[in-house]
Amino acid sequence: MKTHSSTGSLAAWSGYRINLVGLAAFSVVLFWALVALFAPYITPHSVGEMIDLDYFGPMRPGLWLGSDYLGRDMLSRIIYGARYTVGISLAAVSIACFTGVVLGMTSAVLRGPVDMVVSRILDAMNSIPSKLFGLMVVAAVGSSIPVLILTLSVIYVPGAYRFSRALAINIDTMDFIMVARIRGERLPYLIASEILPNIIGPVLADLGLRFVFIVLLLSGLSFLGLGVQPPYADWGALVRENIGGLPFAAPAVIVPSLAIATLTISVNLLIDNLPQKIRDRSAS
Amino acid sequence: MTNLVEIRGLTVEATTDSGRWIKILKGIDLDIAAGETVAFIGESGSGKTTAAMTLLGYARPGCRISGGTVTVDGHDMVTLSEKDRAALRGTTVAYVPQSAAAAFNPASTIMEQVIEVTRIHRLMPPDEARRRAVALFRALSLPNPDSIGDRYPHQVSGGQLQRLAAAMALIGDPKVVIFDEPTTALDVTTQVEVLRAFKAVTAQHRIACVYVSHDLAVVAQIADRIMVLRNGAVQETGSVHDILTRPAHPYTQELLNAFHPDTGGREALPAADSGAPLLEINTLSAGYGPPQSNGQPLVLAVKGVSLKVKRGTNLGIIGESGCGKSTLARAIAGILPACKGDIQFNGKELWHSARQRSHDQLRDLQIVFQHADTALNPAKSIEDILGRPLTFYHGLRGKARDARVDALLDMVRLPRALRHRRPAELSGGQKQRVNFARALAAEPKLILCDEITSALDTVVAAAVIDLLKELQRELGLSYVFISHDLSVIEAICDEIVVMYRGQTVETIIPANRQQPQHPYSQLLFSSVPKLDPTWLDTLNIDADRMRVA
Repeated sequence: MKTHSSTGSLAAWSGYRINLVGLAAFSVVLFWALVALFAPYITPHSVGEMIDLDYFGPMRPGLWLGSDYLGRDMLSRIIYGARYTVGISLAAVSIACFTGVVLGMTSAVLRGPVDMVVSRILDAMNSIPSKLFGLMVVAAVGSSIPVLILTLSVIYVPGAYRFSRALAINIDTMDFIMVARIRGERLPYLIASEILPNIIGPVLADLGLRFVFIVLLLSGLSFLGLGVQPPYADWGALVRENIGGLPFAAPAVIVPSLAIATLTISVNLLIDNLPQKIRDRSAS
Repeated sequence: MTNLVEIRGLTVEATTDSGRWIKILKGIDLDIAAGETVAFIGESGSGKTTAAMTLLGYARPGCRISGGTVTVDGHDMVTLSEKDRAALRGTTVAYVPQSAAAAFNPASTIMEQVIEVTRIHRLMPPDEARRRAVALFRALSLPNPDSIGDRYPHQVSGGQLQRLAAAMALIGDPKVVIFDEPTTALDVTTQVEVLRAFKAVTAQHRIACVYVSHDLAVVAQIADRIMVLRNGAVQETGSVHDILTRPAHPYTQELLNAFHPDTGGREALPAADSGAPLLEINTLSAGYGPPQSNGQPLVLAVKGVSLKVKRGTNLGIIGESGCGKSTLARAIAGILPACKGDIQFNGKELWHSARQRSHDQLRDLQIVFQHADTALNPAKSIEDILGRPLTFYHGLRGKARDARVDALLDMVRLPRALRHRRPAELSGGQKQRVNFARALAAEPKLILCDEITSALDTVVAAAVIDLLKELQRELGLSYVFISHDLSVIEAICDEIVVMYRGQTVETIIPANRQQPQHPYSQLLFSSVPKLDPTWLDTLNIDADRMRVA
């Protein structure tokens, strides 16, 4: 109720109750999305150019976020890193969750042999260590952004599948699903219209969590030289390559960490505070 | 002298999701003396449960007690701190919920849960609490009082669980007990046993009771005084005798009239034997579990049932819980494919499984489920719920669909503004009407009604029955009515089939004023509560003996 007074007029205008925390989180996510989108136009220096004579330089005019271990401009590297971290992770998490959730709901509705076959195949995939799988794929087909996106999403499909299948099975036992079946409804309607609206909350929360995992795995792969290729680097890779600056409290290691933190926390806060539709029509 | 409970000018408000506060109780005054039983009666949504809950100092989430005082044994429950209220709950005032099955934790034994109150309030050592619980089990005439506490909630029947919930409430020796529709979910033969047990125990301990119900006949058996509520305001308060014989308020009169559903005006089986029956079932068997070597499922719930429904007539199926009546409905609807026998519908043989039936066969045969709570998708608006069968079966979209949704809401007497709400925002009676309207949307020939009125209050149930009759005249529908409520079935059905242990034991045609012959039918018919307040005390049936017969 606390947010009511502050966003009362906004709520009355849009018909949605908008939470201040959600609004703040949305601004941060939007900020990073814009940064990623317009990266080439706003970077003050080239990503690979060594412009500072010192390494791990402090923040100062012209080098607003200091310099990295080779004396490159940190601000430009963060701006370009946003492209990889936001873009790759968002694409991968979308593919992973969409595939996993659709398969999970399908298995829960159809049961029987379909459920059996899909579950066992995904269990088998789940048993392969994720980094090893990434290594194998990159060794086989080489590293490129589409390959990275697909690899990351394949790794996270089984988890999303298990999660949504467990939720959907609970919903599937309700009478309204039985009513829809007796009406003669087909699979796409059952999963999209009857089950999904009832599990969307936990599924979105899971998506936020998986987004964080993917950001971390991507930075791990980049560290091994399998991710984004130098001189470009995603935020995870920026942390890893500048880890030597930690004893000097260099901004080069702190700033990318903060960037990851703001993005991942904001994504989760946004998902927990999505606007809610107000259905009390007589209020306005 | 002061009364045990004194309520003065009580108002309760609820908030909507836009932050608007609405009054749901509008100034209630009531006194309850020690040892007295007061019944709160009214339709669903009248505020009777909300009023009863204020005795616990409790308002549901989104609600608040906004004015007045509720004095229970000298404590004002409205102004007490939450900690002080908690100290009184269970020791001074206790609560018996509507659905005991949902109130028990399935993962721990009954005894542990019954004596939990004594542990929380540190009333007595566990051994003494257990002895006391066993004494209560005995007083509530539960079978095997010494060992029933060691069982888990799923190992006892619904009626027993309801009495165990009462034991849980009584163990802290409260002065006031709130019974919130404790027998609504039970069938009549069980209800008699439970009511008797409640009455005996509360009289013995001189406990003041608040009995929330919509069933006037049940209330007549157990209460001293009746308070009639409607739209959050008291309509009338008086002794049971006064209310039953000289109802002053029009709403109370309506309530009494609803108790005598209009059974007249039905001609004895119109145009009997003319044309083929709409639905004919021959030696149908259905059950649960993996198939055995003889091709039958492990547990056979319906054993070789045959029946016929003629076009434009209604068939009632009555029996206690577990007799297979709902399984029969599921087998007819094709949810649970029958293992034997055949179903003829509208002159054609039906597949046992709904998957193999044609679009039109599915449309013509609709089923309405008992629990509107689980039968309506909580994530969808009423408009979407009613609109889907219109789009699915009749291809209606846009304006035509909207108009039809409005017409359906009018048909089941719901305000049109309800279309934007979700099921959770409706009362139980409203949900059941939406549930029924969805079946009507398909424009079927036959509707299987599985206990659709059992969760409704008498006035609404009577209105729904009238509605069903009216729709039948207009649309030429037939109903298969499954219920444990004989008065409902008698009001609407041309033929009644009594089911017992998976078989039909008797067919009764109400128009012929036929008396039941089978001992189980006799038990069933005599267990229906009468408005006469002395009915329960003079009732001379031994349910257990009859059931064995």
